Amino acid sequence: MSESNPVLNSAAIQRALTRIAHEIAERNETSADVALVGIQRGGVPIAQRLCTLLSGIWGHTVSCGTLDVSMHRDDLDQRVAPNVQPTLIPFDVNGKIVVVVDDVLFSGRTTRAAMDALNDFGRPKCIQLAVLVDRGHRELPIKADFVGKNLPTARDQNVHVNLSEFGGTDEVVLENIG
Amino acid sequence: MSWTRKHLLDIESLTPDEIVTVLDTARAFKAVGERAIKKVPALRGKTVVNLFVEPSTRTRISFELSEQRLSADIINFTAEASSLKKGETLKDTARNLEALNADFIVIRHNASGAPHFLSRVINASVINAGDGAHEHPTQALLDAFTIRERKGRIAGLKVTILGDILYSRVARSDIWALTKLGAQVTLCGPSTLVPRTFEKMGCRVTHNVDEAIADADIINLLRIQHERQRKTMFPSLNEYSSLFGLNEARLARTKPDALIMHPGPINRGVEIDSEIADCKRSLVLEQVTNGLAVRMAVLFLVNGGKGPQEIAP
Repeated sequence: MSESNPVLNSAAIQRALTRIAHEIAERNETSADVALVGIQRGGVPIAQRLCTLLSGIWGHTVSCGTLDVSMHRDDLDQRVAPNVQPTLIPFDVNGKIVVVVDDVLFSGRTTRAAMDALNDFGRPKCIQLAVLVDRGHRELPIKADFVGKNLPTARDQNVHVNLSEFGGTDEVVLENIG
Repeated sequence: MSWTRKHLLDIESLTPDEIVTVLDTARAFKAVGERAIKKVPALRGKTVVNLFVEPSTRTRISFELSEQRLSADIINFTAEASSLKKGETLKDTARNLEALNADFIVIRHNASGAPHFLSRVINASVINAGDGAHEHPTQALLDAFTIRERKGRIAGLKVTILGDILYSRVARSDIWALTKLGAQVTLCGPSTLVPRTFEKMGCRVTHNVDEAIADADIINLLRIQHERQRKTMFPSLNEYSSLFGLNEARLARTKPDALIMHPGPINRGVEIDSEIADCKRSLVLEQVTNGLAVRMAVLFLVNGGKGPQEIAP
């Protein structure tokens, strides 16, 4: 039997993203250099939403890309080959402040793969990390710059981020497997 | 949609979903080839043996570059310069390669079924790069990829394969792949090279070239394989060219958006006129480019282990 507990509802997700957008704007004064990159798949709609919010704050359009990290993962021979989604970086990353966006930060291995993947496109001025949920249990020395919600979890729990872009309603759910 | 196979031995045993998985994955790898840095670390630390018992240039080069772009280590092994010449059996050769901790063996062999045999006697992943007149799965996958990319779909398309079908492993793999994905395949060529038995594979057989190409969306030309013919199957190359070769007059009677494919190497002036091979409707060079992406995708997919596909963030 598995049991699911809601953690964030639609309004809470909206508030968290608005706050993250303002934090990104506050941290980065040279707004023209900032670009967002969403990690496939969960990070992509969040990056797009942050992009819209930031465009509103700064009054100019902000570049937004998508990144699939499958080819840079460190566990490729321990699992069935992942479905590779499109990587689309519609801007020159050289000299840019790239905010990498994901839905959940867990072991940090996806983030490491994302930094490697991004480096194939050039040398950003710096890379920052924004996540909707930080659930702990890092296996690498990686820390998010912008966090929607710190969520203490057990290793065997699952965090599901449902977004309207994938069908359904916005919510974050913590699932106990037992 | 996922891939759990350890080997790629043929198209016949693949499901339509598995074929689509390869094509979708290849799309991402094609994008890698368009970047400034065309290399990803997906097969870092893995060893690939290219075991080409039958000579090949373009398929071997395509596999080699695909492997390099995935960061694998490569051993090239050709029959002319190997112990196979000294009488070593294929099984012993493969066992020796495996003792070097090879993770993948890409095999081209003149005997049909050689890759299947290898897959039963060794632990490495086996990829068929062409076995006798049986199958050439990566060619069919790159053909399907090219058609889907240019036409946006495969289901419902009319594809005519013209030429030496009897001796062609490309034809067999293409027929399996395209019919599984819903295309209507027509085979055409001299009756000696296109026997009616191919109708059992779910395609139409005709010996009238004008009828075969009239309503085709794709015309896939195959090379006349001199080396595989034990006796002359038609009187002369000139006669073949005038009866079945694709020339300007014939092309003018096809649909204006019909596209021309050829797996290479081209015999200019035999199965295709030189000008047509270079015209805008010819996808010959796109097929070569797409071959890299498809072979990268295949290596990436067979590298997958047995664990769950879904991953923790």
